[in-house]
Amino acid sequence: MPNSRIPTHPPDGSPPDLDEAAPFPAPDAKRVKFVPSASPDPAEADALARAQAGDHHAFAQLYSLHKRRIYSLCLRMVGNIAEAEDLTQEAFLQLHRKISTFRGDSAFSTWLHRLTINVVLMQLRKKGLSLISLDEAMEPVPEEGPGRSFGAPDLALSGTIDRLALERAVADLPAGYRLIFILHDVEGYEHNEIASMLECSIGNSKSQLHKARLRLRDALRANSQKEAQP
Amino acid sequence: MTDDTGKMSCAQFQARLPELIGSGVNAGADPHIQSCELCRALLTDLMTIAEAARQLFPIVEPPDDLWKHIESAIKSENGDPPDAGLPLPVHSN
Repeated sequence: MPNSRIPTHPPDGSPPDLDEAAPFPAPDAKRVKFVPSASPDPAEADALARAQAGDHHAFAQLYSLHKRRIYSLCLRMVGNIAEAEDLTQEAFLQLHRKISTFRGDSAFSTWLHRLTINVVLMQLRKKGLSLISLDEAMEPVPEEGPGRSFGAPDLALSGTIDRLALERAVADLPAGYRLIFILHDVEGYEHNEIASMLECSIGNSKSQLHKARLRLRDALRANSQKEAQP
Repeated sequence: MTDDTGKMSCAQFQARLPELIGSGVNAGADPHIQSCELCRALLTDLMTIAEAARQLFPIVEPPDDLWKHIESAIKSENGDPPDAGLPLPVHSN
């Protein structure tokens, strides 16, 4: 499928180019979460100041500026369009309620990003999904022991990964695994931050991320084998 | 945690992997990885997946009518009459 394979190792050793529309581009090859620009968009700064003063037009402008990033974040975290719409709505409602409390200690986009993650996590907890899946994910599963993940060299993922296959595999992860994977590997949060957000131990965060990656590897290998069949 | 030859088994190494990777240690420099093709392949795959994750999920546009729902909810919270519309956003990123 054209443009769906991700070059994971650019020939010149530089970090791969990201889609310019990507919300949180990593500035170097190491996993780095979004770092706010030192000179924020003047239009956003103006809209923010006016929205904090109760200007509805300005709030609408902020919505326009951030709706795609927030909706996409919600969609990544829950993997469901209808839920992502509801969560986006709730995130902007929370923003409307709390916007006067933003003091500029971080970039507004970073603050809104974190607010949105909290909205998603709160919703998942309300539904019981997160806690159940986290508990399940933390239970040792015999068939997921270390030996199961041995990789025959001829099946190793080499050089490129099918982006769509990986996205499908992420969407198919249990909610607890998906949350950790999205927060750490996609959004760039550290284990201590994730542990704090999800109220679990750092060790559990590391362990679940590892299991999530193992599941993704299994899914990708199964997909490769399926594609290789005549 | 070693076999008769003093070497770590694959199971033992893989049991340590979440902590090794999660703590930022260069797991590729581990003596077991140097001598074990299977675990080397596993580690490479996991790192490849982690790298690829940074490029996942394109930014997508929410449905056009989402603003109307948000606007309606805000008005409801504010106790505004239904026809006291907030402006439709005109600028989009």
